[in-house]
Amino acid sequence: MGGREANVVLLDENGIRSDGRKVNETRKVTIKAGVLKNANGSAYIEFGGNKILAGVFGPRDVHPKHMSNPDTGILRVRYHMEPFSVGERKKPAPSRREIEISKVIKEALEPAVMLENFPRTAVDVFLEVLQADGGTRCAALDAASVALADAGIPMRDIVCACAAGKAGDALILDVNNEEDQAGQADMPIGYMPNLGKITLLQLDGVLTPDEYKKCIELGLEGCKQVYEIQKNALREKYFSSSDNN
Amino acid sequence: MKKREPKKRYVLPGDFITTAPLRLHGNVVLEGKRIISTTIGLSDISDDSARVISLTGAYIPKIDDLVIGTITTVSGNSWFADINSCYQGMLLGQDVFGRGSYPTATEMRERLNKGDIIFAKIANFDRQREPLISIADKNLGRIDSGELTGISPTRIPRLIGKRGSMIQTIEASTNATLTVGQNGLVVVSCEETNGLLKALAAIRMVDEQAHLVDLTDRVKKMLESDGV
Repeated sequence: MGGREANVVLLDENGIRSDGRKVNETRKVTIKAGVLKNANGSAYIEFGGNKILAGVFGPRDVHPKHMSNPDTGILRVRYHMEPFSVGERKKPAPSRREIEISKVIKEALEPAVMLENFPRTAVDVFLEVLQADGGTRCAALDAASVALADAGIPMRDIVCACAAGKAGDALILDVNNEEDQAGQADMPIGYMPNLGKITLLQLDGVLTPDEYKKCIELGLEGCKQVYEIQKNALREKYFSSSDNN
Repeated sequence: MKKREPKKRYVLPGDFITTAPLRLHGNVVLEGKRIISTTIGLSDISDDSARVISLTGAYIPKIDDLVIGTITTVSGNSWFADINSCYQGMLLGQDVFGRGSYPTATEMRERLNKGDIIFAKIANFDRQREPLISIADKNLGRIDSGELTGISPTRIPRLIGKRGSMIQTIEASTNATLTVGQNGLVVVSCEETNGLLKALAAIRMVDEQAHLVDLTDRVKKMLESDGV
């Protein structure tokens, strides 16, 4: 999506990034749980310029039937970008990139969900990117786990995700679109904060071994910040009216 | 709220409940020595067990649960019923007509037809097959009249209340009869329109405010007031 722009100043001399953030600052994240009436669970996330809607259905019958597993329920994830989510119209058919992201999000959620008690069923997660601004896979994963919790799917932990990376020779938290295009590295991380386990780790770019370790630490800090926002979204839906008592 | 905190807490998936060696009673999982919640709900630690009372989720059949279902398919020797779950309830012909009988298709349809509402018991449920339901008991069988309504299956314990207190409250002040299925479906039958509307409003109230503490009093207050 676009070539590398050499003339963008990703990090100025005061350590301020192109969108005015500090190196260890995430974009503004807001999450709302339970936004869709017809889905069993849903969530809407705004992660900086990213706007993503997540809907969860199930446990329900598996179609086609041959996909069902008599030992456990299965998780299916569809990540999809709307044609209007990017500057130039994107063809609505699933692209190679979308299929890959669906797969990595599914694999990032699988360690958390416990579908052993629902054999022969499927839990479907639909992720629609309404507006993309870099880091959609992390934002989509955040929304997906809130929607799964909202649907009452048993989970060992909520999966939170945030990217870290390198731009302007400095390690940065929460890579935005420009930093992704023109920066040196992008590392999305999915994390289960209570169990302390990483469920998604990708790296596009070049880092030294030392930078790699620091980058993960930085990313996990971001994940923990997002986790608080995810928890607040669920608390607001389920527990807020009781605070008046 | 403060004094209740050590026992009942609002928890989310992954939240730590306790390290004490307790029996796992529901919606909790053991990770190492820590007991953690697997759902959104209220944690409840009793003397020997820990559980989370879920506030969300679908109905999963359990043996001996009483459910309300709608017949969807009539086949040669069985019926299938939608029991508001990811599994369909299977009702065998021999359960209705007796063992060793071979009812004709007409007899099957005459007894229970597509669209009929039944009150049934989950007779058997294992991982392999669809749950087996039975109507061979008193009070079970086809429901002929009443208003079918549904609430979240997780709210059913609240609708019943402690030793049936909530149900008694609603029935006493509206003259309605409530048939409650564990799967979240409720049939309300009442002679008077006003009583019916009030009972339905009370059920809706339980659905919306199930996590609040003094729910029975609130429902009582609502039922005593004139407007619906």
